[in-house]
Amino acid sequence: MISRLIKATAFAAGLITATLSSANAADVLSGATTEALILPCAGCHGNDGVSKGPAIPTISGFKKKYFIKTMAKFKDAERNSTIMSRIAKGYSDEEIEQMAKYYEKKPFVKADQKFDAALAEKGAKLHEEFCESCHKKQGQKPKKKGILAGQWSPYIRQELHNFFSEKRDMSRLMGKRLKKVGKENIEALVNFYASVK
Amino acid sequence: MTKKIDRRKFIKAAGAATAVSAIGMPTLALGAGKKVVVVGGGTGGATAAKYLKVADPSIEVTLIEQNKDYFTCYFSNEVLSGHRTLDSIKHGYDGLKKHGVNVVFDHVTAIDAAKKTVTTKGGKSFAYDRCIVSPGIDFKWETIEGYDEAASHKIAHAYKAGPQTALLRSQLEAMPDGGKVVIAPPPNPFRCPPGPYERASQIAAYLKAHKPKSKIIIMDPKPKFSKMGLFTQGWKKFYGYGTDNSMIEWHGSAEEAGITKVDVANLTMTSGFGEEVKADVMNIIPAQKAGKIAFLAGLTNDKGWCPIDLKTFESKKHPGIHVIGDSSVAKGMPKSGYAANSQGKVCAAAVAAMLNGKEAGVPSFVNTCYSIVAKDWGISVAAVYKLKADGSKIQKVSGGLTPMDASDAAHKAEEAYANSWYNNIVDDIFH
Repeated sequence: MISRLIKATAFAAGLITATLSSANAADVLSGATTEALILPCAGCHGNDGVSKGPAIPTISGFKKKYFIKTMAKFKDAERNSTIMSRIAKGYSDEEIEQMAKYYEKKPFVKADQKFDAALAEKGAKLHEEFCESCHKKQGQKPKKKGILAGQWSPYIRQELHNFFSEKRDMSRLMGKRLKKVGKENIEALVNFYASVK
Repeated sequence: MTKKIDRRKFIKAAGAATAVSAIGMPTLALGAGKKVVVVGGGTGGATAAKYLKVADPSIEVTLIEQNKDYFTCYFSNEVLSGHRTLDSIKHGYDGLKKHGVNVVFDHVTAIDAAKKTVTTKGGKSFAYDRCIVSPGIDFKWETIEGYDEAASHKIAHAYKAGPQTALLRSQLEAMPDGGKVVIAPPPNPFRCPPGPYERASQIAAYLKAHKPKSKIIIMDPKPKFSKMGLFTQGWKKFYGYGTDNSMIEWHGSAEEAGITKVDVANLTMTSGFGEEVKADVMNIIPAQKAGKIAFLAGLTNDKGWCPIDLKTFESKKHPGIHVIGDSSVAKGMPKSGYAANSQGKVCAAAVAAMLNGKEAGVPSFVNTCYSIVAKDWGISVAAVYKLKADGSKIQKVSGGLTPMDASDAAHKAEEAYANSWYNNIVDDIFH
């Protein structure tokens, strides 16, 4: 019940945001090329979305649908973030789609980072049992999900904590599976995804 | 939709843009090259040089910069606290050379807008079709009695990173415990609005760990400052701000705290109120104006900054010359590194279009500015900007500050993101 109320409120807030954005859009130039839209993103997310890390995630290679859904959640403040909800509101749905198409075509480059081999081995088993059916090929080839393998560890760690503390939404299935993985195994998963070459 | 428009209708629809290219075409056909000279290899200039080559590799790009190494102003406060080394904020120009930019280390002495040439101290002259000037800031030395360029070798401004940063850091290291550090921020407008206050935070972090009896006094000519609520919150949390034992004291314009006079030999400064303040280490950041070459080239207005067209960054004083970064009047945007980076990309795209006889495209800008108040406690201001339809302002369309009720985890994430931002933006500019 409470969660439904929160969702309804968030939805209403989303509507207000949309109204504000379109009010802003009325007197500013629109029709920027995809290049013009994505170039400023590089300042934080790296050239073509490949982040030098250690904490800001790489966004290249993200599936279009996932990119759009993520930006929409930031826009409506449905997803917990520091600055992305402030940034996402600056772009129209059309512009977000332009960006999504661009980044989907750019190759995801795995971060070169350290990992603990023993933890990674433990994580590999957990991933195989609970995550692989959706985050396929060791988290490298998701259908509509984010890319896990080779993503920056501090980011994966933070988001796993967000899932466990219910600061980030997830499907009912993922909720069940994560419960089985257990919060105490966050580091095993983090190290596993860092180990996938 | 385009397919349905026949050629005649399309030309009619394209209107003015086509007229420009019609005039531009014969010149291009005659073989007039596409030469761009970029003056200044800081954040704005280096970004513009790289992205000109990205937009059109056939453009001949020459970047003229005085120094072989560039020290970023952003994160130089972390050098003051000892959390970073000076080397970690040093960047060279080999990356730009790899993009095909001709990098010349020389000092530009004149830009002739009529002849379209740039002249250097080394006696060279460079012809251009379009010139991009990114000179950064210079100081209004005349505004504080007793403080000039020579004095800055004893009392650092440390507002251009490099040797100035090293000087201030060495003085902080030499200061005994119980010493007093005085920071005198500039009046508006100035480079990096949160800079002096992040600096106070970083120096406080160093003093708290190594010289806990020391104090920092900020003598500010302004009534308020950037991210004031968040800085104040952080200072209360980490440095006892507002208590008798506060490590940081801030005095603003209500107390006429702005510095008017400095006695370099005796390390004293006088505020507008007439109060004399003695310090062990002083940091004076004078009022600012556009970099020197902007004045020599006649690009400045009566306030000392460069008025520009906000779509192309072309100077309103001299067509053919574009001005980006801190010295430009980019109405609506702050003078920050990220802003200069974003403007460099917009300007490069506009210049590339214009050199190819096309109209500049619709711009889109981002600025994100992080400040690190204490270990694991970062704050930020971020915004997306678009150009107002009438061209009068670069309008913020979304953005804002870190919320005042952000959790410690959020502040920790912001610090981590600040460090990542640094890695990504310098890679974007110099590699």
